[in-house]
Amino acid sequence: MNIVNMPNTIRTSGLGSCVGVVLYDEVKKIAGLLHVMLPDSSLGRSDNINLAKFADTGIYALMELLKAEGVRPLSLKAKIAGGAQMFQFGTSDSIRIGPRNVEAVKKELARLSIPIIAEDTGGSSGRTIEFDPATKMLSIRTVNAGIREI
Amino acid sequence: MSSNEQINDLHLDVLKEIGNIGAAHAATAMSQLLGRKIEMLVPNVNLVSFDEMFELAGGAEKIVAGIFLRIQGDLSGSMFFVLPVESANQFIRNLIQDTTFDFNEVPISEMGVSAMQELGNILSGSYLSALSDFTGLNIHPTVPSLSVDMVGAIVSFGLIEVSHYSDEVIVIDTRIIDEGDEESSTINGHFLLLPDPESYLTIFRSLGVL
Repeated sequence: MNIVNMPNTIRTSGLGSCVGVVLYDEVKKIAGLLHVMLPDSSLGRSDNINLAKFADTGIYALMELLKAEGVRPLSLKAKIAGGAQMFQFGTSDSIRIGPRNVEAVKKELARLSIPIIAEDTGGSSGRTIEFDPATKMLSIRTVNAGIREI
Repeated sequence: MSSNEQINDLHLDVLKEIGNIGAAHAATAMSQLLGRKIEMLVPNVNLVSFDEMFELAGGAEKIVAGIFLRIQGDLSGSMFFVLPVESANQFIRNLIQDTTFDFNEVPISEMGVSAMQELGNILSGSYLSALSDFTGLNIHPTVPSLSVDMVGAIVSFGLIEVSHYSDEVIVIDTRIIDEGDEESSTINGHFLLLPDPESYLTIFRSLGVL
């Protein structure tokens, strides 16, 4: 989890079932990126655990981080990518982890009234994503489909 | 064993020995399959962050052919056999006698995918039956599944179980190397064994080091 100001960009590599969540303010040209691994912090089985990896606690924490930089929560918008199903089997719990992460991210964004402007989720390919706060574009690279922007 | 702090040097040695025995059997199977000499390095057992885990396999964005399976029975965990895509190409070309085969070409030829999955089956089967003999534990693998993609995307799938407990994982990493000859270059592969946190106790107890 980190935040960035124009003209810098922010990226995360090799997203599989994880979901990359970008929150940005288009006027202030500031953005934050979160790497969600698991849908729900109630799944955590230890106290000493990084809250940024859960959809519910992570998105909230990222919003707080942006607020500390003077961003108003109401001006935040979101772009999301990831949540692929990399393998076609697994334990019943883990096989759908990608789609479940996406659902949880959307639910939390709705709860915080942050609109999703664009998304590229699901499928079975890994993604490397990079967000540019100046252009508000999220560039997504996959192994087979090259680079596209949303 | 809920926290990793309780694992001492003796425990790490035991895990290393597991990597040693398992990968030795797998390397032998691979050698027989290819009809050539396969070298194996001394296993590394480390407690690593998720990012460091990706670095072990070549970096989050490196494109690899990854075979993944879950381990079930007395033990639970995840296992990967990861080959850089160039190595996987070379290996499968050898195996199916088709010099044009390429994992980068979509759709990937069914013959190649099936050969790679079978390879995963044989290698992980050898690894795990050796582990089972050594520990006396009842272990069975799920059917291996293949994905050709970025390391981060593939390996993070095996971290889901661990990530419920921790931001770090114990990985038993064994590298195998086929030095090749004048016509072929080096093939480099990794066996990565990631026991689920609750399985360490079972492993240590089975080997009398608890």
